[in-house]
Amino acid sequence: MGGNKKLKEIKCVVWDLDNTLWDGVLLESEKVTLKPAVIEIIKTLDSRGILHSIASKNNHEDAMRKIEEYGLAEYFLYPEINWNAKSSSLANIKENLNIGMDTILFIDDQAFEREEVSSVHEDITVWDAVNYQELLTHSRLNPKYITQDSQRRRSMYLEDLQRKVEEKSYEGPKEEFLATLEMKFIISEAQEEDLQRAEELTVRTNQLNATGRTFSYDELNTFRQSDRYKLLVCELTDKYGSYGKIGLALYEIFDDHWHLHLLLMSCRVMSRGVGTVVMTHLLQEAKTANVRFFADFVPTDRNRMMYITYKFANFKEVDTREDGSILMENDLSVIQPFPKYIDIKIISAEKDERIKVS
Amino acid sequence: MELKGKIRNFIEENMTIYDDEAVFADDDNIFELGFVDSMFALKLVTFIEREFAIQVANDDLVLDNFSTVDNITNFINSKVA
Repeated sequence: MGGNKKLKEIKCVVWDLDNTLWDGVLLESEKVTLKPAVIEIIKTLDSRGILHSIASKNNHEDAMRKIEEYGLAEYFLYPEINWNAKSSSLANIKENLNIGMDTILFIDDQAFEREEVSSVHEDITVWDAVNYQELLTHSRLNPKYITQDSQRRRSMYLEDLQRKVEEKSYEGPKEEFLATLEMKFIISEAQEEDLQRAEELTVRTNQLNATGRTFSYDELNTFRQSDRYKLLVCELTDKYGSYGKIGLALYEIFDDHWHLHLLLMSCRVMSRGVGTVVMTHLLQEAKTANVRFFADFVPTDRNRMMYITYKFANFKEVDTREDGSILMENDLSVIQPFPKYIDIKIISAEKDERIKVS
Repeated sequence: MELKGKIRNFIEENMTIYDDEAVFADDDNIFELGFVDSMFALKLVTFIEREFAIQVANDDLVLDNFSTVDNITNFINSKVA
């Protein structure tokens, strides 16, 4: 069961309220007091791109009023304040944020609650509230890079909430709704300033990830400058704002064929129907260049959606290697068109000559 | 007939293209019509597995098996037979 797997970076801290976020029990007395330095901890983690939520057994209105008094309401996404089992509250938070349970940290002062949650979600990390001051220093809450995308993460989720509200109230057909978003999908060759985010994407993306390979900043920089490789980044924007850099593709160029080593899309954009856009672009380019097109695929317990994407894009398995990775080929006979509701922009840039000289 | 109706309903409810005039026949290739994204593909496979209690193996994940209402019907019949 992958017992020696490296623990993932924490993407969201889920707080209990009574005797965890604050001292005291709200139902017994309005006069609770925030734990020392807790505001600073929340704001600092937020600036690192780590999200916050709440799983608390309380009266929703009373608790939210208190949180608002402290000026913290905007920091908590999808708070679960109700009388349900906390394991189900955490399942809802995970679902709404679309992140893995193995990237959530739940902090609560009561051993009973921690055990109830762990017994249902074996991959979650649970902490006793007495350790809350260590949140700032723990390695899983100190991402290597803090990119523009990570700093904006919470506001991107808030923009997403707004989209969801509007989508729900939209009466017409789905494609029409998607068209009202005025989406732009921008594919460009990675620049140096994209590399931190590119590395972050290889680490954070699990579901729509063909090979799960991670690359360091330096490795990615080498690919970027090499004539043998192409490293593409994708950005999605719509009328509400930018989803940031949400996709990455890396392929190697040979005389008679291209070899795709990495293709990933952030889970955040899954429902926007953009999962196949970059694939369509790559297949079209290969067809124009008149080369054969191969791709690596490494199956995991999380990326079946990507496997299906490949197979439905008409990739065929050519070979399965000893390590379980699969070599696929696409004969380029059928290429899905781009979705009509997205404006596709392709920016190709010459490789930076100055760097080669040094 | 009932099998086809279920499949058709699912596709109509979940496809990203929607136009009152965009009707598709049982032998129209839904992929070439641009109906399909990653989400749809996964939903379709999951729907078939749950609704008809069959396992879609990796070898079954071939475009031809899912490209038209007719082909999906034939595929399911071959699995439950």
